[in-house]
Amino acid sequence: MTQPALRLEGIVKTFPGVRALDGVSFDVLPGEVHALMGENGAGKSTLMKVLGGIHQPNEGRILVGETPAVMANPLDAKGKGIVFIHQELSLAEELTVAENIYLGELPKKRWGFVDWETLYERTDRILKTLRVGFDARTRVGTLSIANQQMVEIARALTVDAKAVIFDEPTASLTDAEKVVLFDVIADLKSQGVGIIYISHRMEEIFKITDRISVLRDGQYRGTLNTAETNEDEVTQLMIGRTLDLSRNTSHHQLGEVALEARGLSCRGLFEDISFEVRKGEVVGFYGLVGAGRTEIAETLFGLRSPTAGSIHVHGKEVRIHSPAEAISLGISLVPEDRKSQGLVLGMNCRDNMTLPQVGELSSGPFTAEGAEIAIFEKYREKLDIRTPSWKQTVGNLSGGNQQKIVIGKWLSMNPEVLIVDEPTRGIDVGSKSEIHNLIRELASQGYAVIVISSEMPEVLHVSDRIVAMYSGRIMRTFTSEEVTEDNLIQAISGIEPGKSAEREPVSA
Amino acid sequence: MKPGTLSTFLARGAIWGFIVLELIFFSIAGQFFSVSDNAFLDPANMLLLLKQSAPIGIIAMGMTIIMINGNIDLSVGATFALAAVVLLDSMTWPFMAAMGDWAIPLAWTFALLTGAVLGAINGLIVWKTGVDAFIVTLGSMLGFRGLVFMYNGEQPTSHLNWTLVDFAEAQFLGLHTATWFLLGVTAVIWVVMHRTIHGRNAYAIGDNREAAINAGIRVGPHMMRNFVLIGFLAALSAVVFYSESGSVNPNDGQLYELWVITAVVLGGTKLTGGSGSVISTLGGVIAIQLLRKGLGHIGADTETVNLVIGLILIAVLFLDRQLNVKGKEALRT
Repeated sequence: MTQPALRLEGIVKTFPGVRALDGVSFDVLPGEVHALMGENGAGKSTLMKVLGGIHQPNEGRILVGETPAVMANPLDAKGKGIVFIHQELSLAEELTVAENIYLGELPKKRWGFVDWETLYERTDRILKTLRVGFDARTRVGTLSIANQQMVEIARALTVDAKAVIFDEPTASLTDAEKVVLFDVIADLKSQGVGIIYISHRMEEIFKITDRISVLRDGQYRGTLNTAETNEDEVTQLMIGRTLDLSRNTSHHQLGEVALEARGLSCRGLFEDISFEVRKGEVVGFYGLVGAGRTEIAETLFGLRSPTAGSIHVHGKEVRIHSPAEAISLGISLVPEDRKSQGLVLGMNCRDNMTLPQVGELSSGPFTAEGAEIAIFEKYREKLDIRTPSWKQTVGNLSGGNQQKIVIGKWLSMNPEVLIVDEPTRGIDVGSKSEIHNLIRELASQGYAVIVISSEMPEVLHVSDRIVAMYSGRIMRTFTSEEVTEDNLIQAISGIEPGKSAEREPVSA
Repeated sequence: MKPGTLSTFLARGAIWGFIVLELIFFSIAGQFFSVSDNAFLDPANMLLLLKQSAPIGIIAMGMTIIMINGNIDLSVGATFALAAVVLLDSMTWPFMAAMGDWAIPLAWTFALLTGAVLGAINGLIVWKTGVDAFIVTLGSMLGFRGLVFMYNGEQPTSHLNWTLVDFAEAQFLGLHTATWFLLGVTAVIWVVMHRTIHGRNAYAIGDNREAAINAGIRVGPHMMRNFVLIGFLAALSAVVFYSESGSVNPNDGQLYELWVITAVVLGGTKLTGGSGSVISTLGGVIAIQLLRKGLGHIGADTETVNLVIGLILIAVLFLDRQLNVKGKEALRT
């Protein structure tokens, strides 16, 4: 067997309270396309950060070729031949293609002047191998996203790359652009470069990769030869059986329709979204990152304006222009990123909990501290929030307790509809099931709940109905009886029952 | 001790420790270099120091709120000058002159209203256009100063009212009128920040604007209120100072914005918003005044004083940064 281009041995990375990577080992051969798969939160991005020198592993080692390598920082990793093509492009739009590719290492003449001739000549030589339709002097800002990605790839080719890592490279590409990208990958492959290809899209994985490695909950779950496996096997490895996969079976008495969307659209983000949520019901929205789920939640909460369609609360059509209006209609949102969107981290627990109603609790200009403490204590007990006192700064609490503060904040307002976006992101396994139980309990108390999640076990566990989304559209709505892992995965990958063709995504 | 407690303590107590160091340094250095015979720590000298801190200090309280809210106001010096012009000139208007000493409260009202209106203009522009407060108030700093010059050209505006001078020079319980105003404003702003709904929301907006919006807080009106408040306080500062001096030059109050911001930042308020305290700002104000006075006491000229204060500001912020970086590291491991 040939010497691997890149080899990971027993990589462990821990964060406070979380074992993000737990002994991950695999290798990438030269001239191989190696897929890395796993659910959101399985540890893929942490692993990439370890490879890229952003995090240092607690245990284990990385070998580039035969030599053990320590990546001190991203530049160091690049110097050792590990190159990343990120999902999010980091290019200076005002500069030319050539300047971007050689940023930080522009060829120089005497006295420090830039050697433009050499720069353009070298760049054009690289661009030629990529067979792109633009030249070294083009301003990057004028290029399409796909072409900008080519610039990133060209940048990777300036060093003697041992391994190139593609992170969801096709997320924003059209079908034609994908073909070009796959050609480039094939070229790299023929030059003996090892390639790690991270994607959720099964179709692509089976089209271009040689082997597939799977991560789950920070653990390495095995490597399969692409030619000898199938989608089911990979899916099973990704989802696993260790977590509580039980379907939600308890159903509550459903009340009237609390919230309904009819043909809701927001250009470029989602289209023709219709659904309803009844009192006592949990509706789960499942799909890949970028399928438009968060954007729907933001629209319902007044953070975005829909371009078409209508929202109805208790059967009455409403227009929601701001979160303040949404809140007064009884709609509340526990946002995706609680640290940047949900909490004021420098404030104490009580102040965070009462933030939306601090004005309503008092009749004058002064805060009603007693009433606020009473509310905090009530929900501390109800939600079992573990903190020494209300005076504790929220930034010092664990993720699970922080999330409970955000949930408590809205429950204390007595909302009709509770939208929870990624309820357990960054929360340890123990607190996860607590939050899940809490969501079920809220439904039993008559709240209408919308749960947006990228974790299948979570959606299956808490939802009465599941809306599967793909590229800004609702593919199918399942009841908890008819849903299976397979048909759910197919729906969110854009495969309609009976058809295998991918549906056209909403164009941006 | 919990991680972070030490750095928090240092950050909060640092300014007062710094003041003690200054006092020790200047009393010892004063023994050798002093140009006057009086000790630096002479009570009368210290009381005078507090009084002299008042003009900058009163505005600095408003700036603390503005900065906690995540904004900045560069126009306070110009507002200060324009309010002073209105205060002194209005007392010479015929109908006011006819009122005798009853013109005083009216002149004060005019001046304070001027400040509040100028602040409201700033606030309204920041709120409705969404342009950064730095740019908006940079513009209004030039604009308001232009109004001062339009009023009376290059000429000073003067009016001396002896009742007013007596009031301004009075001492109650040893403290001068100006000092009482400074302490009073500090207390009021403290209550606003810690006990009112507006104060709570202002903190929240400054710390995490997105989360505040998601909690249904309307950001614009809160910012607007703070700009009205700082405009009012800039005018109050002018009222306190010019009641005594009785003459305002069109260039008065220039660079006040920078002294005020220096004091607030020395007191530990973050330029990025969400954190700060008016009590520490008071410390910052006193620390700067001590430096100016102390360096003068040991014979340094104005240029040297400015150089030293500049260096100390950078040194303090560097130290603060080091402490904060350490705090974050401690959280991560």
